[in-house]
Amino acid sequence: MLASQFGNEIEEIKISSDMPVIHVQKDRIPEVLLFLRDTPELQYNFLTTLCGMHYPETSRLGVVYHLHSFVNNHRIRIKTVLSIEHPFLPTITTIWPSANWMERETYDFYGIIFEGHPNLKRILNVDEMTDFPLRKEFPLEDQTREDKDDSMFGR
Amino acid sequence: MAQGQQTDYWKRDIISHEEPKEYNILNVGPTHPATHGVFQNVMLMDGEFIVSTEQTIGYIHRAFEKIAERRPFYQITPLTDRLNYCSAPLNNMGWHMTVEKLLGIETPKRVDYLRIIIMELARIADHLICNSVIGVDSGALTGFTYLFQDREYIYEIYEEICGSRLTTNMGRIGGFERNFSEKAWYKIHHFLKTYPKKLKEFESLLSRNRIFMDRTINVGPFSADRALAYGFTGPNLRACGIDYDVRVMNPYCSYDEFDFTIPIGQNGDTYDRFMVRQEEMWQSLSIIEQAIAKLEKMEDKETYFAKDPRFVLPPKEQVYNNMEALIWHFKIVMGETDIPAGEIYHSIEAANGELGFYLVSDGGRTPSRLHFRRPCFIYYQAYPEMVTGNMLSDAVLTMSSMNVIAGELDA
Repeated sequence: MLASQFGNEIEEIKISSDMPVIHVQKDRIPEVLLFLRDTPELQYNFLTTLCGMHYPETSRLGVVYHLHSFVNNHRIRIKTVLSIEHPFLPTITTIWPSANWMERETYDFYGIIFEGHPNLKRILNVDEMTDFPLRKEFPLEDQTREDKDDSMFGR
Repeated sequence: MAQGQQTDYWKRDIISHEEPKEYNILNVGPTHPATHGVFQNVMLMDGEFIVSTEQTIGYIHRAFEKIAERRPFYQITPLTDRLNYCSAPLNNMGWHMTVEKLLGIETPKRVDYLRIIIMELARIADHLICNSVIGVDSGALTGFTYLFQDREYIYEIYEEICGSRLTTNMGRIGGFERNFSEKAWYKIHHFLKTYPKKLKEFESLLSRNRIFMDRTINVGPFSADRALAYGFTGPNLRACGIDYDVRVMNPYCSYDEFDFTIPIGQNGDTYDRFMVRQEEMWQSLSIIEQAIAKLEKMEDKETYFAKDPRFVLPPKEQVYNNMEALIWHFKIVMGETDIPAGEIYHSIEAANGELGFYLVSDGGRTPSRLHFRRPCFIYYQAYPEMVTGNMLSDAVLTMSSMNVIAGELDA
């Protein structure tokens, strides 16, 4: 199933769980995704979703793309990591316009800046917010409450 | 066609006008009877025609993805209810299947068939709303009032099975919380007997109605390759002519044993979306009948959950009487079970398209990351492209035919 016709040597391939996972360096993402979409044998023509990740142990952010080939009925997952101090990544809105809002959502939640995005504003949270809520250090609940005792349920 | 020539004539005026135009800004605001849900469109209008529109969403953002990182798997089901709240059981079942895929639980056939009955009922409920609301937005209120009685009946079926009507939190990881009662079966059979007549009546009101056809044909057309590029799935994509249905492409929950067709349209306009949803309701009815036939042929009428004691809660009578069941119950609820680390992406065919769950687990009690691939969020981006250059009344119909549900937009 794994197409071994990859011309780029800039990534590492791992097979895990339910679909092949490819780790790509962040600068080559648009190239790799375009290659995956346009090569006649692969034809991953549908961007299913893209989401952000936060890995606090290595203090890195990540982005995960899921592609789907309608022609071959094959799914693939593409991951990339960015450092927290320098979270820049090229955008893929030129390849798939559906990535527009998905990248905005990822910026809103994690602070990953997509270079070349036409309208990188916050989409789901208020525009004036300064934090990036889905990072692990952002608290879920109000830390100033004294009446809740979560020691039993380990929240 | 005569209508096409007329709109072209009107449009010519916008493009070739010499004097500088003065545009109006119209705020189709977050609370507006025409937008079904809370989302805002600020439209720049040239008289009756829309020049551009800017969308704002996020009015009902409830931070599900953040909350899900702090909740054990069985507590995330109520969150999934509130995604597409018109068809809550579909989201619930999708989530249960995702967790079962991660944990490696295999559900018995009876559970699969019961789930299919519920999922198709939910799909009928959602398409019922969307189609009657297209009627309402074009002025035909009668169809809405007739069909909503059947949606009430579907709510009563949900109530028999899980206790709640709208946000159902239905089922458990591995099956259901109780077997379907006699009353639930009676109601399902009664629904199958009475609904086809009502649906036919609704169809006769609108689908060959001259006024409705004039208002919906060639309104908001979208080509198939633009739809693919914008990530359309579900009835919106099928109306453009591409027959992508997750139930057929990546079958889950024994859907490959069922016989149904996928309706597709041609132009991707409002009329096609209406007709695709209409036909899908007929197909769902046929699937429910097939599932009931299969269930009646099975000798086993008692299983309603998978027998995997590590992750599936045992029935309450056993918990109170049996020591092992008590221990398993304690371990599952307090989170002492060994959840495998890994990542899973599972998607189902929800009423609006491919609803995907990307679950990353690090072996702990709660997910490390849960991302919902919400179809509404992704295809609503195409709305400006669909309405620019058209009239406001067409824009209202386009939005309601896309079935944009605010809960799914924002999560």
